[in-house]
Amino acid sequence: MNIHEYQAKQLLREYNVPLPRGRATDQPAEAAQIAAELGKAVVVKAQIHAGGRGQGGGVKLASTPAEAQQWAEKILGMTLVTRQTGPEGRVVRRVLVEETLAIEREIYLAIAVDRAAGRPVVLAAAAGGMEIEEIAARDKNALQREWFDPDRGLMGFQARRLVEGLKLPPEAASAGIALLSSLARAFAALDAALLEINPLALTADHRLAALDAKIRLDDNALFRHPELKLLRDLNEESPLEVEASRHNLNYIKLDGSVGCMVNGAGLAMATMDIIEYAGGRPANFLDVGGGANREQVRSAFEILVQDQAVKAILINIFGGILRCDTLASGVVDAARATGLKLPLVIRMEGTNVEQGKEILRASGLPITLADGLRDAAEKAVAAARG
Amino acid sequence: MSILVDRNTRVLVQGITGREGSFHTRQCREYGTQIVAGVTPGKAGSSHEGIPVFGTVAAAVAATGANASLIFVPPPYAADAIMEAAEAGLPLIVCITEGIPTLDMTRAEGFLRQTRARLIGPNCPGIITPGEAKLGIMPGAIHMPGPVGIVSRSGTLTYEAVHQLTRLGLGQTTAIGIGGDPIIGTSHRDAIEMFQADGATEAIVMIGEIGGTAEEEAAAFIRERVTKPVIGFIAGQTAPPGRRMGHAGAIISGGTGGAQAKMEAMRAAGVHVCASPAEIGASVAQVLGAGVR
Repeated sequence: MNIHEYQAKQLLREYNVPLPRGRATDQPAEAAQIAAELGKAVVVKAQIHAGGRGQGGGVKLASTPAEAQQWAEKILGMTLVTRQTGPEGRVVRRVLVEETLAIEREIYLAIAVDRAAGRPVVLAAAAGGMEIEEIAARDKNALQREWFDPDRGLMGFQARRLVEGLKLPPEAASAGIALLSSLARAFAALDAALLEINPLALTADHRLAALDAKIRLDDNALFRHPELKLLRDLNEESPLEVEASRHNLNYIKLDGSVGCMVNGAGLAMATMDIIEYAGGRPANFLDVGGGANREQVRSAFEILVQDQAVKAILINIFGGILRCDTLASGVVDAARATGLKLPLVIRMEGTNVEQGKEILRASGLPITLADGLRDAAEKAVAAARG
Repeated sequence: MSILVDRNTRVLVQGITGREGSFHTRQCREYGTQIVAGVTPGKAGSSHEGIPVFGTVAAAVAATGANASLIFVPPPYAADAIMEAAEAGLPLIVCITEGIPTLDMTRAEGFLRQTRARLIGPNCPGIITPGEAKLGIMPGAIHMPGPVGIVSRSGTLTYEAVHQLTRLGLGQTTAIGIGGDPIIGTSHRDAIEMFQADGATEAIVMIGEIGGTAEEEAAAFIRERVTKPVIGFIAGQTAPPGRRMGHAGAIISGGTGGAQAKMEAMRAAGVHVCASPAEIGASVAQVLGAGVR
């Protein structure tokens, strides 16, 4: 689960991470008030779950409270398009108003789980402010790494080693060590999947401040963080994806015309691939999971037909725990309830496949049964072309 | 022959009295697996469908000589269950549970390194040696004994590959689903190393997914050490970057984890890479028929 910058900063403040002063608002007048309180030039930052906000016009400097209000008026409610939002963009509902600082240097810091090592790793680079891929591409030795045990935290010598590599001036070194230890502690305590401070500012007077903060939380660990669950912003997710998650379905909207419903993430991706191989484009990723019931199948179907771009539907189920007769009943229910107009191709295999096929045939619905993956994809792609 | 499990494997099931544990224990036993014990805290001394239930793994091992564990414990307690099984000295642990917090797995992974246990999973379908033993949730009937070893990150996509092989009359030595999570006990590389050493395995099918670099690491190993033919497929060739495709591991991010790079690394290592998932079975048949690498 992703959270907003201002939420990430609120969390980090509890771990004594140095931050610029400021706060978030959804009112332009309050932006002016915050700027007046800060008593200096401020930055007004759009709060959406995507990077590249500056280039999209979502980050503006204001030297007076009146100017801060003007920018807030402009940014609040705008549809911000960045390289990470897709062409449809995101509507900005909140801005963060923060003091500006005189900056000597921008630094990159992040913590993520290293799969190969099976442990969290701190990544640090002396020159930040750009994306990690760019840092690594410019100089492959620029990124320092220190692995740590989440319960033990980052060792003192590891933090010192990172600070040495970051070439912080002596008067900022102890703040740097404390910051790194705090971030490692926060990462473990929050059950984060990613914590990124980019950039961390070294100010002209040699203090540190996290100018930006991004936190992605581990969905699997949210059960033990009820307070973090509240930070979810449904406005940042597409309505169909929210609807799907309500039924424990995993749905991702894509830009093609063949809607697909599959059980299992790997087979769902493979089904998308074979649709493309057959000359079509998948309209979505939809994994109904290994043990879906009749209601979930029905909900999944209803989500598929709500997407206007879908011209044909392909259902590909390898029945194991989810039996083919359960699937067939759910599909027949849903096709009747929604008054199905789209061509529907079904490929089923595995447990109770004959009973499933019989239910589909007996329904009298115009369903095309396919034999095997390739046949299914070819029939669905042809149907989507009309 | 086979790898890791066979008719002599003595299995204990952690979480045997739960809904999933109960259902799949029955299915595994019907397949012919020796299920010798169950473990559910607080239910020591009872029995479940004729299988003795113990309160701890240590007690179950002492009483029954179990040498493998199959875990269906709910996510909040699953990492602890893995560590308990490892501490009790079990050499093989298969964890089916989906949704374990990643940091819990980092703890379990650190603990496992101090033991001799091999973990398969979590978030996986398990392992099957056709005709001998099934420790998992895969439909047993689609498998048949034969010369092909299969390793895959995915569940139903593995069934798809097995089904294609069986329809062509090509059986399997052992099929392993290693799981879709970021931190897993057994990698593609580990499984391929075991299949290379297994006398009965004549060809290896490796099914990967976008995300991470495990397929690239396996490819490097294949290039150096594997003499048997390897047939590969990568799911997610059409997935957009930055979106997590179901499995926690399946995401293209930071410029790594893309399907093309994985397929190229595999091809460079001599792997027969299938562009389409419908060709997996036919490719194996062709490779085995031709008898060349």
